Amino acid sequence: MTTYQYTDVVPAPRRPWDHSRSTMIRTVTLIVLAGLFGSLLNKFTGLSGFLGWYVGLAIAVPVIAFVGSARHGWNIASDRIATSLVSVAFATVAIPWVSIFVEVYKKGSKAFHASYLTDDMRITPSSDALQYGGVAHAILGTLLMVLIASLIAVPLGILAAVYIVEVKGRFAKMVRFLTQAMSGVPSIVAGLFIYSTVVIFFGGFSAIAGSLALVILMLPTVARTSEEVLKIVPDELRSASYALGATQARTTFRVVLPTVASGLLTAAVLGVARVVGETAPLILTSSYFVAKSTNIGEPIASLPIYIFSSLGLGDSNATTRAWGGSLVLLGVVFILFAIARTISTRLRRK
Amino acid sequence: MQTLETPPDQREIRAYFTPVDKVFRGFVSTAALFSLAVLVLIAAFLLYRGFEIFSDFGMKFLTTSKWEILNPEDASTATFGIAAMLVGSVITATIAIVIAVPFAMAAALFIEYYSPKFLRTALTALLDLVAAIPSVIYGIWGYVVLLPLVEDWSATLNKYLDWIPIFSVRTPIFGRSPFLAGLLLSIMILPIVTSVAREVYSQAPRELVDATYALGGTKWGGIKTVVLPFGRSGLVGGAMLGLGRALGETVAVYLTLNLVFEVNFKILASAGGNVASLIATKFGEASAYEIKGLMAAGLVLFLVTLAVNFMATVIVNRARKIV
Repeated sequence: MTTYQYTDVVPAPRRPWDHSRSTMIRTVTLIVLAGLFGSLLNKFTGLSGFLGWYVGLAIAVPVIAFVGSARHGWNIASDRIATSLVSVAFATVAIPWVSIFVEVYKKGSKAFHASYLTDDMRITPSSDALQYGGVAHAILGTLLMVLIASLIAVPLGILAAVYIVEVKGRFAKMVRFLTQAMSGVPSIVAGLFIYSTVVIFFGGFSAIAGSLALVILMLPTVARTSEEVLKIVPDELRSASYALGATQARTTFRVVLPTVASGLLTAAVLGVARVVGETAPLILTSSYFVAKSTNIGEPIASLPIYIFSSLGLGDSNATTRAWGGSLVLLGVVFILFAIARTISTRLRRK
Repeated sequence: MQTLETPPDQREIRAYFTPVDKVFRGFVSTAALFSLAVLVLIAAFLLYRGFEIFSDFGMKFLTTSKWEILNPEDASTATFGIAAMLVGSVITATIAIVIAVPFAMAAALFIEYYSPKFLRTALTALLDLVAAIPSVIYGIWGYVVLLPLVEDWSATLNKYLDWIPIFSVRTPIFGRSPFLAGLLLSIMILPIVTSVAREVYSQAPRELVDATYALGGTKWGGIKTVVLPFGRSGLVGGAMLGLGRALGETVAVYLTLNLVFEVNFKILASAGGNVASLIATKFGEASAYEIKGLMAAGLVLFLVTLAVNFMATVIVNRARKIV
């Protein structure tokens, strides 16, 4: 009797659209050729610099792709052209993004000195030499206003999500729709609204008015994200809680919300990231102040207004200060995003 | 013989909320209706503060384009009209959409169908991050980095396409033009349009795409026949969300567009403005009566963007529901 042994290794199934070695070689050749064309264009025409070179590359890529594949017929050729166009378009889109990060870092780091993050502008005019003054007052003001705004907006946003997902009230659909539409309220309108109520009523700009304007802008983000998060909670958990005789209130506060606590934290962080750089509403509500302050009844500094007001002066030192503020602000947004992502990936792993 | 007892009546099961739950539900509902209250309050207060302007100027407020108050103490010396600003808002937002949508489509397709797998998550995260860059940073970048470039491009466009009315200019000054502002806005709204489009494209039925391969089609064939038609409404919704953003943007437009009170369709000329930047510009030294004018302008802006966003929300939700 013979026994058959299967020694052949079964090849893993391949999808025809996976990158094979030949496509990679083709891609590299294509990019090299197009890049060469770009530098030729740089040399012989008026198009200069990186952008001129890139324009050459962007034109050359689909053309070379077409020339290289025309012999296979229109179907293949159109596929290659589409691939090259989509890739070139994406690269084009990425240029401004990269440029923003690079420029903010390059120009912003010039404003930095040893005590940039701990000094304020109390005794320093914006046009003063760069080794004086700092952004401490702006950081402090932004943190204070964002903190107060979160204390109001995060509970309200989570409650709105609870209303939609847990309570499933009569207006659930409408609340959902309105929070979505509310995220499109122009930030300056939020500022005007707070100006026309809080600022006029209390007779002056104040940190608290700024916070309230931020609440309006933060609420939709928190509500939307929390809603998505609450939907992840499996219904079995709720049923189990009800079966043990718990009320809906107890189920929500002791079972549902703790289960997704980290997700709700993500929602809060995203909400903060959304409003931390808001400028327009703060012009109308919290105004600006040059020294460190924690008085919520008075005008207060903030990073966006620090940038905005330094930029308006036209002086080169002031403009450098604006870039420095931008670097700090971008850093804050970056950190918030890193936190949000870390929390949410940890949540997903659970 | 046994007598059969009649079976007991079925116990009636009633769901009811305990008093605790009633309080809880009432409390949550009140908090949830806060967003509704805010929207209504915004409209109400802006109308209340700006009502005098609407009654003083009527439709002229929307159809004329002059903004001056000769004597800040005297309301009768004022002429307010935001036609130029409304036109400016629409022009800059239109430029933004026209540039952003094709690129957003391509970027979404690239991330979802063309990029290598290891890049996909990173690119999606990058998209979220770029969407969160504050507008003031876009503004300063547009003002310092983009402005000189666009001046060059505008001069070139004007040189060769002068015969098209929108590219002609009276004087060859190409500084802070609607073209620059629109281009900057397109860069700003690209992340949101792309991420909505990407989300919808990613939900295109994979088996249909696979079927096009099975029939011998190419990748582009699959995308053209399945993914793009499937994602059309999502793209439209995303574009409208972007339009809402572009119409209401303040700081970036303030920094990149010269505020001039005349209706200007020549997009390369250094004159224009939008409603939001009008408010930011005039707010600083405005008299009490002028503030009322700005409130009225704010109300108009609020209503327009709200309408655009309502439509966008309906379209995006419908696109998600098909999925």
